[in-house]
Amino acid sequence: MRLRITFSKSGALRYTGHLDLQTIWERTVRRAGLPLAYTQGFHPGPKIQIASALPLGFIGRAEIVDIWLQQNVRADPRVGPGADTPPSGTYRQARPYADVLQPAAPLGLTIVSVQQVDEHGPALQTQVASAEYEVTLLDPVDGAELVRGLAAALEAESLPRERRGKLYDLRPLIESLEQLPADDSGTLRLRMALAAREGATGRPEEVLDVLGIPFETTRIERTRLILKEDIK
Amino acid sequence: MLTPEQVEARLERILLKVQKPGRYVGGELNSVVKDWNKTGTKVALVFPDIYDIGISNLGLQILYDLVNQRPDALAERAYAPWVDMEALMREHNIPLYALESKRPLAAFDIIGFSLPYETLYTNALTLLDLAGISLRSAERGEADPLVIAGGHACFNPEPMHAFIDAFVIGEGEEVIGEIIDVVKKFKINVSLRAAVGGEASSSSAGGLLRRPFGAPRNDILRELAKIPGVYVPRFYDVTYLDDGTVAAITPNVPEAPKTVLKRMVAKLPQPTTRFPVPNIDVVHNRVSVEVMRGCTRGCRFCQAGMITRPVRERSMDEIVRAAEEAVAVTGAEELALLSLSSSDYSDVLELVTKIGEKFGGKHLTVSLPSLRIDTVSVALMEKLKDRRSGGFTLAPEAATERMRRIINKFITDEQLLETAREIYARGWVNIKLYFMIGHPSETLEDVQAIAVLCKRVLAEGRKLLGGKAKVHAGVSTFIPKPHTPFQWVAVDTVEQIKAKQELLMRELRGSAFKLSWTPPEDTLLEGWLSRGDRRLAEVIYAAWKNGTKFDAWQDQRRFDAWTSAFAAQNLDASFYTHRPRRADEVFPWEHISDAVRKKYLYQDYQRSLEGETRVYCREDCDACGILPTFATTRHENPGLYWKCPEVKSPKKRVKVMS
Repeated sequence: MRLRITFSKSGALRYTGHLDLQTIWERTVRRAGLPLAYTQGFHPGPKIQIASALPLGFIGRAEIVDIWLQQNVRADPRVGPGADTPPSGTYRQARPYADVLQPAAPLGLTIVSVQQVDEHGPALQTQVASAEYEVTLLDPVDGAELVRGLAAALEAESLPRERRGKLYDLRPLIESLEQLPADDSGTLRLRMALAAREGATGRPEEVLDVLGIPFETTRIERTRLILKEDIK
Repeated sequence: MLTPEQVEARLERILLKVQKPGRYVGGELNSVVKDWNKTGTKVALVFPDIYDIGISNLGLQILYDLVNQRPDALAERAYAPWVDMEALMREHNIPLYALESKRPLAAFDIIGFSLPYETLYTNALTLLDLAGISLRSAERGEADPLVIAGGHACFNPEPMHAFIDAFVIGEGEEVIGEIIDVVKKFKINVSLRAAVGGEASSSSAGGLLRRPFGAPRNDILRELAKIPGVYVPRFYDVTYLDDGTVAAITPNVPEAPKTVLKRMVAKLPQPTTRFPVPNIDVVHNRVSVEVMRGCTRGCRFCQAGMITRPVRERSMDEIVRAAEEAVAVTGAEELALLSLSSSDYSDVLELVTKIGEKFGGKHLTVSLPSLRIDTVSVALMEKLKDRRSGGFTLAPEAATERMRRIINKFITDEQLLETAREIYARGWVNIKLYFMIGHPSETLEDVQAIAVLCKRVLAEGRKLLGGKAKVHAGVSTFIPKPHTPFQWVAVDTVEQIKAKQELLMRELRGSAFKLSWTPPEDTLLEGWLSRGDRRLAEVIYAAWKNGTKFDAWQDQRRFDAWTSAFAAQNLDASFYTHRPRRADEVFPWEHISDAVRKKYLYQDYQRSLEGETRVYCREDCDACGILPTFATTRHENPGLYWKCPEVKSPKKRVKVMS
């Protein structure tokens, strides 16, 4: 059975990287008493697929992970027929999966929703189309200059950049870029939607660099992952 | 003093500039965050190395669990920031804080350092400095937390005497509670102070000025000195003879006992199972259950075996239950069953079988280190490991019969080769062999024998696995430790050590061999710090001022700073390492007792010179001194739990025999 979990990653977990997040999911599922399915082969590992690696230091509001559970498992004494009963598996859950997973999750990992998806569907990583971010500017920034910078970036036909020795054009990867209303303390915020496909991923730090804002002076939150199926 | 919010705000600005920021944020599952304002006594438990290493330290985890079980106390943790983080903390004025609440360490009542080995000493000073607490015990005032320390290195506490207010000698499970009970009595409560019209306990920094103790520090320390097992250095005066050795160590207050006897829990308490689960990858990413404490083998170089006596075993049921619970609440993939000599656990075969049954097919790796060198061990390992990944470790230590008799770790070449054959035959490709050079009276021939033995082991592997077989020789350099039969012996000189290491490097060449050895400077440093007297304190301070830190890390060590610190103090470093001790010499650690009699150790040393081995004391009690000292305890705790003989008639008085 394949579960698709939408979750937020924040607090202390902001400083946990992508690979360690895999381990955290593995242990959370194990602590919840759910039977993880393992891959075959010489080095079996749990079948866990995270949609898109969230860079270290980013907060994730609606991250997505797919987790495979074993099918034909002896019924756990705690369980009985329930709302989320999957039609095909013999493993039944008395409570919604979120209620079982949340207490087993570390602080900072909050489950937003759990759905069952087609076990034989395409890999989750190939399904991501774009990502939305909110950036909080922690250091004061000249408001007028910011507005000019945003306009310039959006009007540009291309934004040639170099990353890890490779040249690429950032502009087509920016799907939207705007300023959000300032909060009560006057802190400025930006919102951007960037392409997140394989080979064409826009990074918020790159956009910030174009605007002349050092990324260490910001707090970056990925607010949404948009899957291909959402666009159709 | 900064509030937690202020600390967090500053951290946000720097965490993305350091390596592995997850080390510094806490938030682990199973970490305990209590209501600061509603919990009376606040304890900060500190491991003076980085998070990756400190988090899995079992001693600290046990104390964390125990203190937090009390409703009137809380325990939080702190570890040493790595050099990049330390620099940024200093630059941004971020004091050392505890992970759970982000409160500055200076806000706690008690700071408890874990000191398992000596190369962490300079880090301990760095952490006090980062916390804004006076390094010297004598300079701390009523507003400063109490600074205590525990761990194996504390069995010779003298080099650190100037920096620690009170040492805990031995096992901390009971004594930590007793210390908290004393500290509790001295804390002033707010309403009383307000009524008396004293300074407001809140300051402009958001009400976080630590409520000081309501009595002079000295008074609190005198109360602590009454607790058995607590050593307060300021209550002892040390005098020296002309030759530089200790003349006498004398208490200067009635509360301080002439000898501080270690604490030992008669019955091991329920194992800790609720381990904080790190959110990042760390060195030992696993849960541990202690199978037993103490060791009866009596290997003469081994300090751990001596100072943790008597042997007390946990019942198999308790171990299995603890293992199940620990794995369930942490979701760990690896379980370690710990002891100094696993093969000696009474029901080891049954234990391993039970564990195999419980966890078989559950993708859990179980490790059982410190196994004896015989084929039974191989069968045990097989039951635990589905996969033959990693190596199989054995510790022969010496390679000639003569040396084996001297160190009292007697195995034959044939046993080792037979065991190696079994290991390779069952699919392990790599065997790791631990050896030690520098033992008393060792010659180059003895060292040559190590190389020959490694080659013979490899030959066995080649017969079975061809070119795939490998041997990794881990050769450490012996340091005669306090409280062992070898404490009268000198360390090998640097020239001797280098000659021995070069021999091994020449002999064990080729891709099938891997050779690890200890740089002689490391050996000297550990020798000075573990055998030093009070005068080492100024050396440690000078070296620290000169920038030494993370002495256990090869890339951070600064040997030159240490040698110049000795020179500045007009001390001859070789006095501590290369001088054989007189039979009647008073050691700097003379007043610290682990209940094993000095006369017994000396006799055993004499026997080693004759090449006499001793029988395993479970089979035949050697009267090392544990029983007379703990006779009443043994009498009250009869049965197979302890591995000392039974005590039929209780002593009227407990006397520490010399």
